[in-house]
Parts: sequence; C-alpha cells; structure tokens
Amino acid sequence: MTSPLQQKIKITGPSIVTANRTSDGAVIYRTGNGWSARIADAAVVRNADDARALLAEAVADDVGAVGAYIAPVDVIEGKIEPGNLREHIRSEGVTIPLLPVTA
Amino acid sequence: MYAYDEIDRTLVNERVSEFRDQVQRRLSGELTEDEFKSLRLMNGVYLQLHAYMLRVAIPYGTLSSAQLRKLAHVARRYDRGYGHFTTRQNIQYNWIKLAELPDALADLASVGIHGMQTSGNCIRNITTDQWAGVAPGEIQDPRIWAEILRQYSTLHPEFSFLPRKFKIAITASEHDRAAIKIHDIGLRILKNDKGETGFEVLVGGGLGRTPFIAKTIKPFVSHRDILSYVEAILRVYNQYGRRDNIYKARIKILVHELGIEKFAQEVEDEWVQMRDGILALDDAVVADIRSRFTYPDYQRLSDDPDQLNKAKASDPRFAMWLGNSVAPHRVPGYAIVTLSLKPVGAPPGDATAEQMDVIADLADKYSFGEIRVGHEQNLALPNVARKDLPALWRALDKIGVATPNVNLVTDIIACPGLDYCSLANARSIPIAQELTRRFADPELAALIGKLHINISGCINACGHHHVGHIGILGVEKNNEEFYQITIGGRADEKAEMGTLIGPAVPFAEVADVIEDIVEAYLALRTRPDETFVETVKRLGVTPFKERVYATR
Repeated sequence: MTSPLQQKIKITGPSIVTANRTSDGAVIYRTGNGWSARIADAAVVRNADDARALLAEAVADDVGAVGAYIAPVDVIEGKIEPGNLREHIRSEGVTIPLLPVTA
Repeated sequence: MYAYDEIDRTLVNERVSEFRDQVQRRLSGELTEDEFKSLRLMNGVYLQLHAYMLRVAIPYGTLSSAQLRKLAHVARRYDRGYGHFTTRQNIQYNWIKLAELPDALADLASVGIHGMQTSGNCIRNITTDQWAGVAPGEIQDPRIWAEILRQYSTLHPEFSFLPRKFKIAITASEHDRAAIKIHDIGLRILKNDKGETGFEVLVGGGLGRTPFIAKTIKPFVSHRDILSYVEAILRVYNQYGRRDNIYKARIKILVHELGIEKFAQEVEDEWVQMRDGILALDDAVVADIRSRFTYPDYQRLSDDPDQLNKAKASDPRFAMWLGNSVAPHRVPGYAIVTLSLKPVGAPPGDATAEQMDVIADLADKYSFGEIRVGHEQNLALPNVARKDLPALWRALDKIGVATPNVNLVTDIIACPGLDYCSLANARSIPIAQELTRRFADPELAALIGKLHINISGCINACGHHHVGHIGILGVEKNNEEFYQITIGGRADEKAEMGTLIGPAVPFAEVADVIEDIVEAYLALRTRPDETFVETVKRLGVTPFKERVYATR
C-alpha cells in the first residue's frame, strides 16, 4: 500500500491531519504534540511542507492511529470547522437518528 | 436449520483464538496496520468513518432464534444497540471497538456464526432465496447446495487470494429472489428434459463501476458435477483475472473481454481434466448434507382458519398487512411472513437489539425457531401457521416490523452511505427516510403497486442501484451531494440495468424528482396492474425524462 507520505500533497487552504484511533476506531485529530478527539484541538497547517511534517508525525504513530490523512478545514473567527461533508460527518456524527423509529 | 458438526465448531473457535492473538499483537504494536489489515478483513472487520465495522455472515440467510438472540446481544453489549442487515444476507455492526472484537466474535462463535467470507478476495458468503425450502413450486431446497459450497469454499487455500472478491448466489424457484444474475456465479436449480435435476450456471454478473448481467455459460450441469464446474470457473478466473487494476479485477471484466464463448471454452478445457476427480459429488455426500438440515414437523392445518377470516373482516390494518406481507407456503395451512425493516422514517435494514430479541421469541412461538434474512434487507418467518397470523401480526406491529410495504415504494434498499461508509461520496439513508415520508400513506403505496427503489452512496453499488426499478446513485460534485437517477432496472429472473434519465440532481431535489417519476407513471400506465417497470419497458425513459426536467 502506498504510504500517504509518498503521495503528492496539495494544500489549497487551512488543513489538519486526522485519523482513527487504533483501539476503537474513533475519529481523532493530530495536535501539536499528540492526538485529540476534538477538532478544536487540531493543529492547523497552511502549506505543503507543514502538512507533510504533521502527517509524518501522525503516520509515525502506527500503534495509536490508523489511516492518517490531510483534511481541509475552515477557520472562522479562530474556530476550526470541517471543510467538507465527509469531515463534518466524521466530526459531528451521523446525520440521522441512531435507532429506527418503533411504534 | 443446518446442524453444525464438531469440525465446523472447531474451525470457528480456532479462528476466534487466532484473531484474539492478532488483535493483541496489533494493540501492542507488534503488528503494523499494514500487516494487520488483511488479517482483520479475513474476519469481516473494516475501518469506517467513525469506527470499526464488523460484518457477520448469515449463510444462505438462515438464522435460528438462538443465533438471532446472540446477534441482539452483540448489538447491545458491544455496539450501540442495533445492527444493519445488508444486501448480501449479512449483518453489520457500526461501532465495534477493536479491543472488544475478539470477545464479540467468541460470543457469536458460541452459536456457530462468524465474520469469515464477508470480506477479502475470497469466495464470499453464499447467498440464496430467503424463502428456500418453503416456497411453493421450488424444485428443491437450494440451501443444501449453498451449504456444500460453503463447506467447499471456507478457507479454501487456492481461492483465498483471488484477483478480487467472488460472490455466488443460488435459486431454485422460477421467480428469482436471490438476484443470481448480478453475481459472479449464479446457479439456478432446474430439471432437464430427462427429468434430472441440475444447475443452469451463469457467470460474470455484477454491479459497481462496470455493471453486467450474468451470462449463461452452461445451460445444464448435473448435481454430481457442480463443484468441479464451479472450481473450473474459479481456476480460469484465478489464472487470467487481472491483478494489476482493481477496477478490472472482477470476473465480469474477464468474461466481457474474452467473450462468453472463449471463456466457456477455457472453463470446459479445465473441467474435462478434473470432473471425475475428488470434486465429483456422489449421492451419499449430498444425502449426508441433506440429512443435517432439519425441517419442521408440520401439522395438517386449514389454509382458511376461522381466526384468520374473523381478523381479516374486522381489522382493515391486519387485512392490508395480510395482503402485502404474507406469502403462500408449500405446506397447506402455513405461510411465509416478511417482516419489514423499512418503517417510515427509519434507516432501511436496521433492527434494534430489542426488536431482534422479540423476533427471536416470536420465531420460537410461531415459526419453529427459524428466521430468514433477504437481500432486500427484510427478515422473514418462514413457517407460520395461518391460524396464528392475527396474533403474530399484533406482536410484530408492537415492535414496528409490520409496515405493510413489502415490494412497495417505501421498501427501499439502501447502503449505509456517507453517514457510515469510508468509500461513500454521498448519503443514502436520509434520501430513503425522506422518500418513506413522502410515500408514507399505505393507500398511496398500494395504488402505486410494485416499485423497488435502490439507493447507493457511491459507484460500488452496495444498494444495487443499477437494478432498482428506480435507482439512485450518490455522487460528489464540487463538494456537494448530487444523485443520478436511473429507471427500468430489475434484479429478478428478467434482470436488467436501469437507464439514466438525465443530469444528476442535488440532495434537496431527489424526493421531488422521484415523486415526479411516480406521478408520470401513474398517468402513463395503461391499467392499474401494469407495473412501473412494465411501463418503462413499454415507453422507454423519454416521457419520464421530460416530466422530470421540464421545470428543472
């Protein structure tokens, strides 16, 4: 499998690095010195070199995290928001009620 | 039900122990994710958007009440209280923790179920008609052959690393409820001119990026030869199937590129060398497998009991459900009951642990302890005495699985879509939910008649959108969800791919478009019993296209 670090990194705006936690698959975000389950704690990068460096740190932690990749975000008045629907769903959860309606 | 023997139990238990060790080594860092991934996939463990997903096989769609209770237990103990029944007679749990997976699999193994053959490039869970063994007019119970193929294919060393996944489905009825024409191999049990029972073998069906309807490779293969013939197909595929390009790796591409005649010749050449070898099935082997299927001790009962007639006359809701969800049984006095997992506003195919527990109890009370799972993402109780139908209906209604919408517009097949799936481009479930609200009126749904809507959140087509009477495919355009609409597809014995009606429409317009299509159909049909697909077949897509895009 091609490592994410071997892929061309293209950044068009503020970005973060996200992955799933190995032990339970939960969505996690790379911070300046580890991982957090809150997107608000994510380290934001704005150029390819910084993105590559942050991704390299994330990928190096193969025990703690799975499938790290760079994801777009919007930073609005200092608040980090997911940059697309997929990341919004990963951050906020499914867009539907979890349990079926019962009579 | 099929009774597993010591070999089956040992195999399943050993797999759990092996996986427990692999998980421990992964969590300790001894195994990297690259090393672990193929190991977890061999046990049905995927990594999705929010969590690990466990896919559990339900071979040929048959469950005992004890097995269903255990599925409920796993949902409650290790997940978030529900499971999702899929289009391949599996169940998926969306929120399982890796550290707890070995315990969940051990619990499942205690009733003989597992995640093997639900992922990876192997022969996947063998599927069949959910009415197998009870459908009137069925030539024989196809589950016997599904079980033979299961035993043959499980952990088969030669076919555990095929170019790509490989799906086999079997039917023994004239009406195909197993969708065999969209499988890598489809088997149709039939009798030849001499009255001998055997198989029509179809090959190269499949959906996804490049959809094909399967072609008949051999019109009749005897029982004795079916394993060797299937193996000959697998060998040709294993040798020539493309491993350099995942999008061209399925057998359908090989059959298409070689042509069915050339492919058939390759299979024939392989087959003649091996047909009289170890895979020739003698009658004793088949009889042994057959003997391990136990069938209910049916009583002599009336097909027209008083209790049923009284309830039908006094309760219109019961009468509507009876007309929609209850099918004739091969044994007089009994019926096959479909349990709709498609209530208005709910994700198609989901069932809570509480529902599963109650259904298991009802199966014990009314259906000789047996439950079936269909590829349409509904359940069935296959052996219900007709006199018990009113009482059963009241109990099913209480837990929300008696919506009288089987085969109707709200009986929607949908994949998990972008709400769960890491491959998806767009959401499927909210589209399904909105459509069930638009067509919630049972009188309206009955007026429309048979209409299958299938929704997939990406081109991989887990929602079988190509063969929906109306197919809805989610795509992404400029970071927005759009949906392509096809009409005229079908998955049965007359299987056909749907035709695209025009440009994709945004998320917010999908339900309006489907309403337009249905209204056009109601205006265009020549008589109330001309079904939607028949009208599309007669008129083509143009009048529907004109209706949809006239104002868009």
